[in-house]
Amino acid sequence: MKLHEHQAKELLRDYGLPVPLGVVCLSPPEARKACEAMGPVVIKAQVLVGGRGKAGGVKVARNPDEAEMIAGNILGMDIKGLTVGKVLVEPALEIADEIYVGVTTDRAGRCNSLMISAAGGVDIEQVAEETPEKIARIRINPALGLRDFQVRQAVFQAGLRPEVIAAAPKILQGLYKAYIALDANLAEINPLVVTSDGQVIAADAKIVIDENAEFRQSALEKYKDTSADDPLEAKAKEIGLNYVRLFGTVGIMGNGAGLVMTALDEVKRAGAEPANFLDIGGGAKADIVTAGLGLILSDANITVLMINIFGGITRCDEVARGIVAARKTLDIRIPQVVRLTGTNEEEGREILRGADGITPAGTMEEAASTAARLASTGR
Amino acid sequence: MSILIDQNTRVVVQGITGREGEFHARQMLAYGTKVVAGVTPGKGGQSAADGVPVFNTVREAVSATEAGAACIFVPPRAAPDAALEALDANLPIVVLITEGIPTNDMILVVNEYRKSSSRLIGGNCPGVISPGKSKIGIMPGQIHKPGRIGLVSRSGTLTYEIVKLLTDEGIGQSTVVGIGGDPIPGTTFIDVLPLFEADDETDAVVLVGEIGGSDEEDAMEFVKTMSKPVIGFISGRTAPPGKRMGHAGAIISGKSGTPQAKVDALNAAGVRVADTIRDIPGFVREALDRK
Repeated sequence: MKLHEHQAKELLRDYGLPVPLGVVCLSPPEARKACEAMGPVVIKAQVLVGGRGKAGGVKVARNPDEAEMIAGNILGMDIKGLTVGKVLVEPALEIADEIYVGVTTDRAGRCNSLMISAAGGVDIEQVAEETPEKIARIRINPALGLRDFQVRQAVFQAGLRPEVIAAAPKILQGLYKAYIALDANLAEINPLVVTSDGQVIAADAKIVIDENAEFRQSALEKYKDTSADDPLEAKAKEIGLNYVRLFGTVGIMGNGAGLVMTALDEVKRAGAEPANFLDIGGGAKADIVTAGLGLILSDANITVLMINIFGGITRCDEVARGIVAARKTLDIRIPQVVRLTGTNEEEGREILRGADGITPAGTMEEAASTAARLASTGR
Repeated sequence: MSILIDQNTRVVVQGITGREGEFHARQMLAYGTKVVAGVTPGKGGQSAADGVPVFNTVREAVSATEAGAACIFVPPRAAPDAALEALDANLPIVVLITEGIPTNDMILVVNEYRKSSSRLIGGNCPGVISPGKSKIGIMPGQIHKPGRIGLVSRSGTLTYEIVKLLTDEGIGQSTVVGIGGDPIPGTTFIDVLPLFEADDETDAVVLVGEIGGSDEEDAMEFVKTMSKPVIGFISGRTAPPGKRMGHAGAIISGKSGTPQAKVDALNAAGVRVADTIRDIPGFVREALDRK
C-alpha cells in the first residue's frame, strides 16, 4: 500500500524526523491562505506516482496570488493518468544540498538495508546503476536493529557534510523505527535537504506498506487510496482475488501464481495477448470461480476466455460448477477454452460436456493455442 | 538417498486441528509419511487426523515422539512464532506452508534459522516430497514417481504440471523441493543445489524460477561447478514491471528481477532453458544421454 507524501510526512513526524510544517489544500483559496501564513511556498501535487516534478506538479509560489494561481493549475491536472485532487503546501526551502536516505527490503541480503547517498534529489535507481559507489549500503540485523555504529559507517562512507552527520543518528534511527513499526517495505527521504542556513529537512517522503501486514496496521487503513489503482484490480483486492489487469484480448484464469504466469506466457507464445492475470488460489470453491470470471469479463476488450486448472487440492468439479454458475448469471458471449486436469477431472469435464461455447483442452499448451486462435477469429 | 526427507523422517504438524492442517495431515499419512504428532496449543491430549496425538507445544511433541521435522499450517499472524517455536525445539527440517506472512517477520525468522543448523523451507510453499518415501506438504503425491531427477521450484501448481510431464515420460523424481513464492525464503536455489549435487540418487536437476529477486542468478556460480546437468524454466516472461503477480516475491522492480536477466544468467552457466514446459522432459533425457 502506497502512502501519499503528506501522509508519510505526518507519520514520520511522530518518529522525530524533521518534516516541514505543511498543510494539505483542496482548493486555490486554501493554498492562498497557507501562503499568507507561510511566506514563499512550494506547492506539490499529491498523487501516487513518481515524476510529479517533471510533470509540472511541483512549483514554487512567491506570494499568495501566485500560490492561488499555481494551485489552480496543479489541482485537477492529469499526471500519468491520475487527477490531482489535493496539494501539499509547505514553506519553500533555500536548498544548499540534497541527500538520499532510505530503508528497504534487501532480498539478496535477506534483511532490510539502509541506503544513504550524497547524490540526493535524483532517481536513486539511476545512481545505483551509473555510480553505485556513491551509495552507502548498510545491512540491518533484524534482531539488533540499526546500531549507532552502523549509522556512523553509513554517513562517513557516503561522505556527507557536517550538518547531516550531526543530524543523521536521530533521522536514520527514527526512519528505521518507523519502517518497522509501520511494516514498510520502503521508507525513503529523497531529498533530505540541507538549507542555506544549515537546517536539515525531509523535503519529500515516500512510504510503502507491506500488503501482507495490513491485517495488523488498522491505523493505516484510513490512508488507503485506491484511486490510483486500476478499478478492476481494486475490486479484485476487495473480494480477495489475485488479479492484474493487462491489455490484451485473452482473459485468463488459473490456480497457482506460477502456473497462471506460465499460462500468460503460453498465450503470448501462441501469438495472442493476455488480458489479465488471475489466480484463484488453492482449493477454490465454485463461488470464487464465479466471482473471478465476473471480474475478468468486466473487461470489454476480452474476446476469449481461457481457464487452465491443474487441480491438486483444487477440485475440477468445483471449478466446473463455478463456470456453470457464471454462465447462468453473466451473459457470456465469448468462447471459453477450459482445461481441467487433476483432482476430479472426469467429474469436472462431465459437468461441462456439450456446453455451448466451451472448447475443452487437454493441456495448457493446447488451451493457449486454441484460445489464441479463437481470439483472432472470434469463433 | 534423496535429499532432506526420506521414509524415516518423523513429522510433527503444527496447526493439525485446523482445517488445512487436519486435511493435509491425513493426505501425508495416506502417502506414507510418518506423521507422528500434531501441535495445537490447548488441545494437548486429543488426537487428530485419524489417531495422531496432539500436544500443546512443539517441545513436548518432539520429546514424546522423536519427531525430526515440522510442517506448519498456522495462519499468518501466528506463523512466524510457530516457526521460531520449531527452531527452538531444534528440528532439523521445518516446512512453512503459510502464505501471507509479513516480510519483516520473515526476515527475523529466516535470520534466526540461518544462525542455526535447522533448515526452514518456505513460507508460502507447497513443501518437499521424496516420491515413494515421504512427503511433507500439500503436493498431490499420486502424480509423482520415484526416480533420479531433482527438482527445485518457487511454484506450486506449475511444479505439479512439470512433475506430471516428467512422470508421464517415465522420468521419476528423487526429491522435489518447493521453496515457495515469497521474497525472503528460508531456503533457496543456492541452498538446495549442493544437496542434489552430493546426492547419489540424483542424476540431473530441474530448476523452476520466476520473476523477482535474484536467487536464480545468485545460484549460477555454484551451477558452473556442478557435475550434474541442470535444466531450467522461468515463468513470468510476459509479466509487466512493477506488478506483483500473485506470489509476494514475483515482482519486477526496475531493472531487478526481470525474466530475461534470469534466462541469460542460466544460459551463461550452461543451464539449458526450456521456453515451454513441454520441452523439459526431452531436455532432461538429452542431458542424461550426453553424460
